[in-house]
Amino acid sequence: MKKRVAVVGIGVTQFRSITPDVSYKEMVYEAAVKAYQEAGVDPRRDVDTFVSCSEDYHEGTSIFDEYVPDQLGAALKQVQTIAGEGLHGVVAACLQIMTGEFKVAVVETHSKASNMLTPDGIAVCAQDPVFNRPLGLNNLFIAGLEMNRFLYKYKLSKAHCSRVVQKNRCYALNNPIAGRGALLTDEDFATARMVAEPLDQLDFAQPVDGALVVVLAAEDVVGRLKGKPVWIEGMGWCNGAVSLESRDWDTLDYVTKAGDMAYRMADVKNPIEEFSFAEIDDTYSYKELQHLLALRLVTAGELGDSLLAGQFGLNGKLPVNTSGGALGMGYLHEATGLARLYWAVKQLRGEAGKNQLLNPRKAVVQSWRGLPTTSAVVLVLSS
Amino acid sequence: MGRRVAIVGAGMTKFVRRAQETGKELAFYAVREALNYCGMKLNQIDGVVLGSAPDTFDGVHMKGEYLSDGAGAWGKPYMRCLVGGGTGVFAVAHGWYHVASGVFNTCLVVCEEKMSSFQPHAQAAFLTIFDHTTERPLKPNLLWIFALEMNRYMSTYGIRKEEIALVAVKNKNNALDHPAAQLTAPVTVEDILKSEVLAWPVQRLDVSPVSDGAVALVLAEESIARRVTDKPVWIEGVGWSLDTAYWTNRDLCYPRYVEEAARMAYKMAGITDPRHQIHVAEPYDPFDYKELHHMEGLMLCGRGEAPQLTVDGVTRRDGELPVCPSGGLLGVGNPIAAAGLMKVAELFYQLRGEAGKRQIARKAKRGVAQAWGDLMQVGTVVVAGI
Amino acid sequence: MKRLKESMPVLPGTGLKDEDFQKGRVLFTRWKADAKYKWDAGIAIGRYLAGLKQGKILGVKCYKCERIMVPPRIFCEWCFRNIDEWVVLKDTGRVNTFSLCYVTWDVKRIKEPQIPAVIEIDGASPGMGIMHLLGEVDPKKVQVGMRVKAVWKPVEQREGAITDIMYFKPI
Repeated sequence: MKKRVAVVGIGVTQFRSITPDVSYKEMVYEAAVKAYQEAGVDPRRDVDTFVSCSEDYHEGTSIFDEYVPDQLGAALKQVQTIAGEGLHGVVAACLQIMTGEFKVAVVETHSKASNMLTPDGIAVCAQDPVFNRPLGLNNLFIAGLEMNRFLYKYKLSKAHCSRVVQKNRCYALNNPIAGRGALLTDEDFATARMVAEPLDQLDFAQPVDGALVVVLAAEDVVGRLKGKPVWIEGMGWCNGAVSLESRDWDTLDYVTKAGDMAYRMADVKNPIEEFSFAEIDDTYSYKELQHLLALRLVTAGELGDSLLAGQFGLNGKLPVNTSGGALGMGYLHEATGLARLYWAVKQLRGEAGKNQLLNPRKAVVQSWRGLPTTSAVVLVLSS
Repeated sequence: MGRRVAIVGAGMTKFVRRAQETGKELAFYAVREALNYCGMKLNQIDGVVLGSAPDTFDGVHMKGEYLSDGAGAWGKPYMRCLVGGGTGVFAVAHGWYHVASGVFNTCLVVCEEKMSSFQPHAQAAFLTIFDHTTERPLKPNLLWIFALEMNRYMSTYGIRKEEIALVAVKNKNNALDHPAAQLTAPVTVEDILKSEVLAWPVQRLDVSPVSDGAVALVLAEESIARRVTDKPVWIEGVGWSLDTAYWTNRDLCYPRYVEEAARMAYKMAGITDPRHQIHVAEPYDPFDYKELHHMEGLMLCGRGEAPQLTVDGVTRRDGELPVCPSGGLLGVGNPIAAAGLMKVAELFYQLRGEAGKRQIARKAKRGVAQAWGDLMQVGTVVVAGI
Repeated sequence: MKRLKESMPVLPGTGLKDEDFQKGRVLFTRWKADAKYKWDAGIAIGRYLAGLKQGKILGVKCYKCERIMVPPRIFCEWCFRNIDEWVVLKDTGRVNTFSLCYVTWDVKRIKEPQIPAVIEIDGASPGMGIMHLLGEVDPKKVQVGMRVKAVWKPVEQREGAITDIMYFKPI
């Protein structure tokens, strides 16, 4: 990437299943103040562009863009809303910085999942109104279909998925901001209730509330800011087939394309070898495996065995989701990817506490927009 | 400013009250028209950006994803922006920075709106734009915010309805020559003043018609632009600004956020005297008084002075500074995001001399398009030049 | 009445009329979204609502810019810092702008207009308004600049909501 961009500050609030004491504005304000402190910027003076990521249906407000500026210190400034994942917002901010017109950018996302009284009813509204909704199915059926096909195609089993769940939820216990850490036993897995076979209640991430704000800066101004920079070396994003009827159910072309675009920009030639760790989407347990494959981080033949041998654990060859992932941190809707970026930045800075890896250099961070979408973003970061 | 970026093609669908086509199909048509216009193919497009206003109209959550295939984004990098009514013009800025960054050489900008899906009427969906705790319990109406702003503007500067009505007369007349306009008919000032009072001072004919429609533009970096066309229209400046959500703490008589956005765009474009250096303007006109309000925000005249320019005929197609030669939203229709992009498309046609019967009399080398939205909050501006 | 558009390109798109639906010429699907929310009021608005229940309009003050703001917020959005003090404002004010609305939010026509207004609250900084309705007033007599006072619901009917004020009436 010719004009490099760095993360110079990142602020988060504790991820909790409910946050009745604060409004979303107050939650975002807290994250913003922390991020600006870390970066050493005054949003009223030093920030050139603000990007917020939100979806109206999640907020219960149309044109949610209206309510974004004040808590970021962005009133009467350049603010835009990207109706996309948090990492789409980061990409948008990087593109703006790369034009040369903007030096410092801020990206914000948050989740107030607890304020949705009918989350399944809301999620269903994303299904095609003519072809899919009349079937009256909960969104989870899509994950069930995909999981079934994926496990079949790559000769994997529920045991592999349960291993992912166990690993991630355990790691989350050492992540101070995570909301869903737990030590799961064989009994928990054996008695887990089936939801959309083969998907059971432990196989998908539970929602949490939380806010994240990131400050990004162009290479030439990083020096005069406070925060310790983590560089964005490459970025890629891609959309796949929208309709359920015409999509691939086991392989994720769009994730591969997004990954390749990021790798090309970051000059990554051999993804299996070059990363110190990966933070990839695991909203559904099988997704972590599906994404590992699609991002070329492991070959199909080695996937199952590597997982069971602990190669994706803290002491393995490629630690995956040491943050706890969405399974362990909680699902934050549009903010999910930014939570992964937060953790990756912590790791690369050496601030990851108990789950700190030894001298991490380069990482891949990936997000997916969730059901029923086929939209992914990939970032390559370095310390 | 990063690399030079040009608009090389434009296309749109008709703007109709209720389209048979789904949102996907509308987007598809607009993209196809735009690509045909410049003879390009979808596989020459590096990325796609889409703008579309609230998901509630269509009743489709994550509407951007649903529309992505219609917008040509299968297998491509894709992003959706949403800044309320300002989306149509902001989408151009969104596409601009994709190309100006150096990451993309070409980019499709698509804006689509299908407001007719919401029953009983799209207007009811706007209840949900108000603050859920301090405002929605009062059952506010979209018309309120326009009426409150129009009243404030009129009382502050002593502007009369007769002067404001001239804008609707001009634009509805201009729109007779726009191929996308479906239901426009000429009106007189009397027609407007006699039309039903919806929310005084807003009357029925002050309001643009709710519509379905889609528009698409093709953007390209300089060397490709010059190969594709001998008349690339350069994006010379982009600007946007979002004011505080506390709209009841602001004076609605002047859109300062439009001025902020305009300053950003004019600075990039090197414009120091907008009144004379801008030759054609397409400000956002969902209601007739808005054209005047925005002309002032764009600094094309002083505060409170826009009505006089209209009265004097300066803003007619054969005037010194034509404003909304397309017919604007009042005349062509208001499929929110698509309407804003239609204005940028109009600059494209006008600057190239391809606006047919709508072609303005004077020679235009530079134009400004502007959109507005949210709770009287966002200004988005694009300056284009040839 | 439309002018002939012979020389204009024909754009794609098909317009429909109401009778196309009534006569079954077009097929369609219906969906009623099951989308319900309860929003956390948070610190600032939570306290504002509690104040309304007690018949008070509360505001906040920022010592740096010296603005007194309503509705309350925990941070001053211009200075980007925490607010310093809570202030009890008056329940009177001045009409900044208003409208006479004959159409409800769900597009029904009404004979007697609703009168929404932005009311600058006494005790807050100039221009600090809230949105509410006017009542007990002849629509023809409403003017920008008119002085008004809140009419509250009886104590036992108040819920801690903006509707604890029924409307503002002229004084």
